Amino acid sequence: MASATHYSVEHENLNFVFKSELRKRLIMAMAIGVILILLGCILLMMGIGVADAHHGAGHGTGHHGGGGAEGSGHGFHWTKRLWANLWLNGVFFTGIAVIGVFFVAVQYVAHAGWSSAIKRIPEAFGYFLPITGGLLLILFFIAGHDLFHWTHSSLYEKGGKEFDKILYGKSGFFFFPLKPGSFPFFYVLRMIIFFGGWYFLFMQIRKLSLKEDLETDFNTYLKRPVIYNKLVYISTVFVVFFAISSSVSAWDWIMSIDSHWFSTMFGWYVFSSWHVTGLATIALAVILLKEQGYLKVVNENHLHDLGKFMFAFSIFWTYIWFSQFLLIYYANIPEEAIYFKERLSGHGGLYAPVFFLNIFFNFFFPFLILMTRASKRNVSILKIAIGFILVGHYLDFFMMVMPGTVGANGGFGLIEAGCLLLFASAFIYVVASNLAKAPLIAKNHPFIKESEYHVVL
Amino acid sequence: MQYTSPIREPLVLQGKTYADVTEDICRQVEAAPNPRWLGAMFLSLLALGWGSYTLYRTWWYGIGEWGLNKTVGWAWDITNFVWWVGIGHAGTLISAILLLFRQKWRTSINRAAEAMTIFAVLCAGSFILMHMGRPWLAHWALPLPNTYGSLWVNFNSPLVWDVFAISTYLTVSIVFWYMGLIPDLATIRERAKNPIARFIYGAMSFAWNGSAKTWARYEMVALVLAGLSTPLVLSVHTIVSFDFATSVIPGWHTTIFPPYFVAGAIFSGFAMVLTLMLITRHVYKLQAYITLEHIESMNKIILLTGSIVGIAYLTEFFIAWYSGVEYESYCFINRAFGPYWWAYWSMMTCNVISPQFFWFRSMRRNIYVTFALSIVVNIGMWFERFVIIVTSLHRDYVPSSWTMFWPTYVDVGDYIFSFGFFFTCFFLFAKFLPVINIAEVKAILKSSSAPSVIEKEEKVKAGVKLTPSYNPKSE
Repeated sequence: MASATHYSVEHENLNFVFKSELRKRLIMAMAIGVILILLGCILLMMGIGVADAHHGAGHGTGHHGGGGAEGSGHGFHWTKRLWANLWLNGVFFTGIAVIGVFFVAVQYVAHAGWSSAIKRIPEAFGYFLPITGGLLLILFFIAGHDLFHWTHSSLYEKGGKEFDKILYGKSGFFFFPLKPGSFPFFYVLRMIIFFGGWYFLFMQIRKLSLKEDLETDFNTYLKRPVIYNKLVYISTVFVVFFAISSSVSAWDWIMSIDSHWFSTMFGWYVFSSWHVTGLATIALAVILLKEQGYLKVVNENHLHDLGKFMFAFSIFWTYIWFSQFLLIYYANIPEEAIYFKERLSGHGGLYAPVFFLNIFFNFFFPFLILMTRASKRNVSILKIAIGFILVGHYLDFFMMVMPGTVGANGGFGLIEAGCLLLFASAFIYVVASNLAKAPLIAKNHPFIKESEYHVVL
Repeated sequence: MQYTSPIREPLVLQGKTYADVTEDICRQVEAAPNPRWLGAMFLSLLALGWGSYTLYRTWWYGIGEWGLNKTVGWAWDITNFVWWVGIGHAGTLISAILLLFRQKWRTSINRAAEAMTIFAVLCAGSFILMHMGRPWLAHWALPLPNTYGSLWVNFNSPLVWDVFAISTYLTVSIVFWYMGLIPDLATIRERAKNPIARFIYGAMSFAWNGSAKTWARYEMVALVLAGLSTPLVLSVHTIVSFDFATSVIPGWHTTIFPPYFVAGAIFSGFAMVLTLMLITRHVYKLQAYITLEHIESMNKIILLTGSIVGIAYLTEFFIAWYSGVEYESYCFINRAFGPYWWAYWSMMTCNVISPQFFWFRSMRRNIYVTFALSIVVNIGMWFERFVIIVTSLHRDYVPSSWTMFWPTYVDVGDYIFSFGFFFTCFFLFAKFLPVINIAEVKAILKSSSAPSVIEKEEKVKAGVKLTPSYNPKSE
């Protein structure tokens, strides 16, 4: 039964130590991120990287609902690119954090056994939610006008020069119960409810999960797993809440950037992108912890399952991407097709390479790399696939946010690199410091033994 | 080593042994048809007979026999087609996707679900043949080289993709189902006393010898087919949804259709599996194999997919308003409050509201509620397709073309034909083939039949003596 490589939960080194060396490195990385952002801003202020060359042409094509068609002319100010980047990363990392909680919740709802040994890792992701939540909220107040075309009050003045009938028609979605063009009460309220709800439910899950650790006798607990049953209940509440909030937040935070454009699939599209990114991040965290000598119970069988998930949900993302694209392409209704036209040929073709990279990184590479059984059980190959998925889905969100905000003035420069570095290191910092606060393995999870003896054929 | 947590509920009850499994399932195949089966078969044949008459009228006099008109040129035929194809999703989902998710409870229901899948897809196909008007030219749907010059099918049409998707799906499903049957057919062959039965089951089992090598091949093929059929099962309803969504008709053209149709298909497929399995379970006394745990698991999937479908309805409604497209908004308001309001609210009640009962564990584990809701769900899913198809068409671009669709008795009769066909096939299957996969149930017997700690405790409290029902005679 216990082979040479078998590790049991009882022999596990349960505590992760957030070493000061790592702490220092992460703070350094954040500092470098900030410096890169500042340098990028200075360059933009000097006009380097601003698309002067395409000033007229870029705005002409494919700028139907984006920020380019804004109220006071088309004055591009360098701050816009900074705000767009902060927003992009804020939404992207919110996704990773909330998917961590979602993953844990789904495991409880599905009564999954195999994942119980790794569940503390995604559980720590949730702590990043208040940070991105606060940031997005503040950012909306500072930069709402730069990011969201629909926020401009002149669009809602009846008889005014810039009156927009379509936006006026849906103004209730943003401004309810206030006057169209005033304060977007409903929009802000939703943002608070979503982040508040996610974090609140996450805290309930986390609290109960830690409380379960305190059970003294595992066998007595198994006869009446009260805490586990409560966890299943709260997880169900979370999944239901997330089912609605994930779609609506995608409309709010991303779809409304292209204020006139609409797609019923969009909520699920963003979810699928978030989900596979979150899975890849979980797998990466598990692998890195294992390499540090933690999580001995976790072996190639668990990695195999995480690999399967990444493989399957990469295909799922592709399915959603393809269905949305095909239906819009096939019907070719101008109001809808403008979205892809802008990305494929708008802004002087600036975004076309990213458009194709997106599909290559998020479909072809994970699909081919993770196809075989052996590759899903090999740490190095998994890391390569994770790399493609993480970079690919960053590009995916880049494609969603950038054309509608900075348009022809977009690109990947110092600000982009700096923001990504800042957010990634902050995320790792928060996750690592919270991982250190609790045992890495939930030793009283009723299915922990199933996870310990988990074998994938 | 496999370890199963004691808090998991057992999947095989009453302490069945390997011999019990063989005996309990083969008994139904070997016994003479009982009067209840004969009665059910008679009713199915009656429906098939009546349906055959209306089908004859459809083909002899043409589809003018239906209630179609120049505005609504697609109604009951395609509603029934989509409905049956949707039902035909559950079998492969259970066999392939639940296999990938290691859901052991699938072993007791996969055989019957797969058989049902095949019959449902055949029923769906029958509506394609019916609505062609000239079914003898059905092969024109295939990209065959022909003598009329370089005339090919329109590869840009999702209807052609449908032909490819469904025929591939049907083929793979039949192979998958039949392959799983082979070891069980061999078991029946070994037990057969009648030489004719022995010969027939022997021929059908392809000289299965049960050697380790044979089993190894069997498992390999099962895995390959599961891998193949997973994308296939999702592609089928995706492409069915493309039939509508690639058009520019308000109510049809919406990007959420593919995943939402797939969820709806799983929803109705599981409901049909429950309808059939609850009856089979009762008639064949299979309570030890199809336990309340199985029923609860299936009800959870119904709740999940029903809620996904509900969210999709609301998303469509919301975006119709959000888009600011007047025609789209009108289309949805017309669905809910227009002349077909009753179809819309039947759909909403049956598909979105009724599954919400399954939030309660007591409801999920109540056989009567489950049976009633499984039928309600399929009524709702029929109305869903009717609502999508007819309400979008009956308000044409030109208001002078606005009209209503009402079915004729031939429409209804053709639908009854499909029921007759479906149930005739299912009853034949239930009589002459093992309804539960004997080999696969045996595979999980050891790891999943021990009574759980909690159940044991409760039984002891209730004064039940815990002895497994061992069957020494057949051991």
